[in-house]
Amino acid sequence: MITVSNLTHRIAGKDILHDISLQIPKGQITALIGPNGAGKSTLLSAIARLTPHQTGQIMVDELEVGTSASNTLAKRLSILPQVPEIAPRLSVAELIGFGRYPYHKGHPTKVDRQKTDEAIVLFELDELHSRPLDTLSGGQKQRALLAMTYAQDTEYMLLDEPLNNLDISTSRSLMQLLRRLAETRGRTVVIVLHDINYACSYADRIVTMKDGRIGRCGAPAKIVDAGMLQHVFSTQAEVHIVNGRPLIEV
Amino acid sequence: MMYWPLCPSSNPVRSILILGFGLVVLSIASLFIGVIDLRPGDLWRDRAALELVVVSRGPRLFAILITGAALAVCGKILQMLMKNRFVEPMTVGTGQGAALGILIAAIFFPTAPLLSQMGIAAISALIASLGFIAMARRLPPTQPFLVALVGIVYGGILGAIMVFIAFQADLLQYIDIWLTGEFSGVLQGRYELLWLAALVAALSYLAADQFAIAGMGRAASINLGLNYTQVVLIGLVAISLVTAMTVVTVGMLPFVGLIVPNIVSRLYGDNLRHTLPVVAMMGAGLVLAADILGRVVRYPFEIPVGVVLGVVGAVLFIWLLYRPARYAG
Ligand SMILES: Nc1ncnc2c1ncn2[C@@H]1O[C@H](COP(=O)(O)OP(=O)(O)OP(=O)(O)O)[C@@H](O)[C@H]1O
Ligand SMILES: [Mg+2]
Repeated sequence: MITVSNLTHRIAGKDILHDISLQIPKGQITALIGPNGAGKSTLLSAIARLTPHQTGQIMVDELEVGTSASNTLAKRLSILPQVPEIAPRLSVAELIGFGRYPYHKGHPTKVDRQKTDEAIVLFELDELHSRPLDTLSGGQKQRALLAMTYAQDTEYMLLDEPLNNLDISTSRSLMQLLRRLAETRGRTVVIVLHDINYACSYADRIVTMKDGRIGRCGAPAKIVDAGMLQHVFSTQAEVHIVNGRPLIEV
Repeated sequence: MMYWPLCPSSNPVRSILILGFGLVVLSIASLFIGVIDLRPGDLWRDRAALELVVVSRGPRLFAILITGAALAVCGKILQMLMKNRFVEPMTVGTGQGAALGILIAAIFFPTAPLLSQMGIAAISALIASLGFIAMARRLPPTQPFLVALVGIVYGGILGAIMVFIAFQADLLQYIDIWLTGEFSGVLQGRYELLWLAALVAALSYLAADQFAIAGMGRAASINLGLNYTQVVLIGLVAISLVTAMTVVTVGMLPFVGLIVPNIVSRLYGDNLRHTLPVVAMMGAGLVLAADILGRVVRYPFEIPVGVVLGVVGAVLFIWLLYRPARYAG
């Protein structure tokens, strides 16, 4: 379980995150939704120790973020940032291989190679594996980055808008893969999604965020309705119930 | 066997073999080119010939190979740490900082042993590099050329300070030795410091993965459990040490750290575990070729290798900039 307590993050006198307390249960997919600028990425960065948090406490199981050894956390939790900038010229396979760094520390073993190959196959990168990243299309690059995160093989995965650039088939297979990981391997996924229909179909739990604060949280069927959309996103949209799940008209 | 499944054209093994062969040929040529006539057969017959190789030509060859390889490796590491392909130790003030350090050592501690003088040069080089990084952080990361340009100006200012101090201390005649690299002064007993530079460069290979990850940026590094600040610092210390040792022994050599890493990166990418050996060999080859060229162009006179590299390097660099990237795969 990830436990965030009284987290406040302030930039230039402005509260970006305002006294956030949140529990993210293990073995589930938690979708983080909210309008642009709500603070979703900031929250994920804080949990993943990319930005040191100023006040409050973040625990990943028994590990406290900020004081636990970074390398220990790297084997427990991974993050795929919203706009990852990978400048070095690396091939797809090399990039994915670096996801294994926390384990091999520069001396890869057979296991690392297997995990890399597994990720290549899983994300259908077989034909692209020796292509330099900067020759890939947006979606192909996103798949390579996801494969790298997968290869890191952590119990917790924080994915910031991973569906960016992905076509519908790739988006659906990614979400199905995450479901399998959660159900069969007990993996915990925190995923920022802008398409709430995806959140409704695949997430166990939705956490809403607005203006640096946490709003309603719960199972999609419980919290997604016209009122929530109005309140969180200030948009009027009809919500239908299809097969017991909310479906938002766009 | 390569570890990662790479396609054949991105496999550096072939390149390593070709470069290795080229290095051997050039090295042999280098031993037998010079004002004093020397032929391979003489080594067995003539004691004086053997002595010439042991005392002068051999050390010169080693100095060239080490300097070239170490500077190219340092250039590559600096480029990864700064996430900028257009920087190298000699254009971001590291080299000038080292030279300034030696000058200060020569003025204030003229009797100190060479190793301590080198230490002062290394510290001064490190401070100069840190100063540059502090400045570069304020520049927009989207403009790599601006960073490189500021580095050149910064190096120029450090160089000017150095000239001023040297002028005041009446040491102007020494400055040229540090600012223009050449190998004609390399003799047995006067270049051994460079083996230390070779050691530092070789050790940095152990951190190849760390430098490669640092090149992916702070967020990616932290996500993979890397102590980003520590890796950057270790890298800068290594670069400063190597630069100081080369500047003290042979003087500044421009462009090696810039061009070689760029060529290798275009051919084989930036997975340093695989490419650093190629970078080292190509660096050694470039400096060796430039040195030989400097010795034969106006035979029996010598053109300093720093001058040759300045010309050859500038041409190569412009060619590199205008050439479209070629990718494997
Ligand atoms: N370095 C910064 N300086 C100033 N403001 C910042 C900085 N970083 C983030 N912010 C502000 O913090 C707020 C939250 O940003 P954040 O990136 O977390 O939003 P988000 O919920 O991820 O939005 P999006 O859906 O657009 O990705 C925004 O208003 C943003 O402008
Ligand atoms: Mg965001």
